[in-house]
Amino acid sequence: MAEAATDSHEQGAPLKKTPLYAAHIARGGKLVPFAGYELPVQYAEGVLKEHLWTREHAGLFDVSHMGQGRLRGVAPLAAFEEVVPGDFIGLKPGKQKYSVLLNRTGGIIDDLMASRPDDDGLFVVVNGACKENDFKVIDAELAGQVTIERYEDRALVALQGPEAAAVLAAHAPEVAQMVFMDTRWVKAFGEELIVSRSGYTGEDGFEISIPGHAAERIWNTLLEDERVKPIGLGARDSLRLEAGLPLYGHDLDETVSPVEAGLTFAINKNRREQRDFPGAARIAKELAEGPARKCVALKVLEGAPAREGAEISDETGAVIGIVTSGGYSPVLKCGIAIGFAPPSACEPGGKLNVIVRGKTQACEVVKLPFVPHRYVRKVGG
Amino acid sequence: MRFTKDHEWVEVDGDVATVGITAYAAEQLGDVVFVETPDVGKAVKAGDGFAVVESVKAASDVYAPVSGEVVEANGALGDAPETVNAAPEAAGWFAKVKLANPSELDALMDRPAYEAYLQTL
Repeated sequence: MAEAATDSHEQGAPLKKTPLYAAHIARGGKLVPFAGYELPVQYAEGVLKEHLWTREHAGLFDVSHMGQGRLRGVAPLAAFEEVVPGDFIGLKPGKQKYSVLLNRTGGIIDDLMASRPDDDGLFVVVNGACKENDFKVIDAELAGQVTIERYEDRALVALQGPEAAAVLAAHAPEVAQMVFMDTRWVKAFGEELIVSRSGYTGEDGFEISIPGHAAERIWNTLLEDERVKPIGLGARDSLRLEAGLPLYGHDLDETVSPVEAGLTFAINKNRREQRDFPGAARIAKELAEGPARKCVALKVLEGAPAREGAEISDETGAVIGIVTSGGYSPVLKCGIAIGFAPPSACEPGGKLNVIVRGKTQACEVVKLPFVPHRYVRKVGG
Repeated sequence: MRFTKDHEWVEVDGDVATVGITAYAAEQLGDVVFVETPDVGKAVKAGDGFAVVESVKAASDVYAPVSGEVVEANGALGDAPETVNAAPEAAGWFAKVKLANPSELDALMDRPAYEAYLQTL
């Protein structure tokens, strides 16, 4: 028996450890290389149970490999708009926004969260595997307009699931007043934390930026609550896939535009009219005429789960696309996949196939997300 | 029962070998969510991939420990792939192979040898 490689990253450089490395070992985490770090792919209970626990209770994730930084300048919000298609001038203090860093042809360099926990410029969180390049691009493109302070000494953890809010509010009552995409400084556990009500599982929850020296203590304190279990990268991936959230390096890359990726919500109306972001010509054309390929969501009706790289065929048997993320859905108990195909084939309700190890398997085209999001959009709601 | 370094087991009855993956392999895989067993009648060669077992996170090949013809596949795994975790070395068997070359069994480990091998991993 031999396991296929599930992750590819640059080889050679020594792997880094997050401030929670010892905590992962202590809890039986199975460590694997990911984005240049040693991170737990799972703990003792395994991916399936960790996944379902997060959907039913609260899961705690170490995402300290992600890049955290602060952009400051005379007009940092206006400057940031030069590299992303979102309305950041209109971003109010206390709010966070998802966006994409674009190259000059409208391809995605990375996807990111940018927020204003205070009046001090922008706090950005980018993907771990992309962070060196992202900050280099931002620094080069916005030279003279912003300075970047990397928060390399801060850990980042995500607390996700229907019980996350009650768990965190026991230590920081004010978080109960936050709604989805709110962000603020919170004093809790004797530390200054940046808390946002967001995450990448489709569940309600929080992402918490913690001074590195306090990370292990806060991690262990949160885990003292019996509603909370530590969750590894394996379940993080299956959770985000069920939630229909794209993963950089798989569903997104420098050739894929936000229109193709189904991220048009991240291109705000005023920016569409201004057309003043990188690759605006391509993106405006795709918005007007439709892109050549589009993100398609497939529910595999029979056979094996389709994984990244599996071909997508239409009812005539012609190969029309490829799976970019796929796996087994613990909630739906079947294979689910996202990939790219011509827009005419991407209408929900349509029939397509995936080809897995030479076998053609029927799929239904569905609307994302596969499993409904449960974000809290109003307090008490 | 005899074992391979790739964590398959074989139990021989007459000239038919029942094949599965070991408890160690099932534990390493985690929760099995899909199993692809070989078609009956298929000729397999020792060392070739002849079945696939999938966890939430990945697909893994299962190699034929012996050469021969597949005479039966465990159809129950289609609806209950979790049997591989629950009873890997019993009800979670994958397929039965009619031995083409029984001497291949000599190259496989017995249980004490396999358990000693696991200690080296």
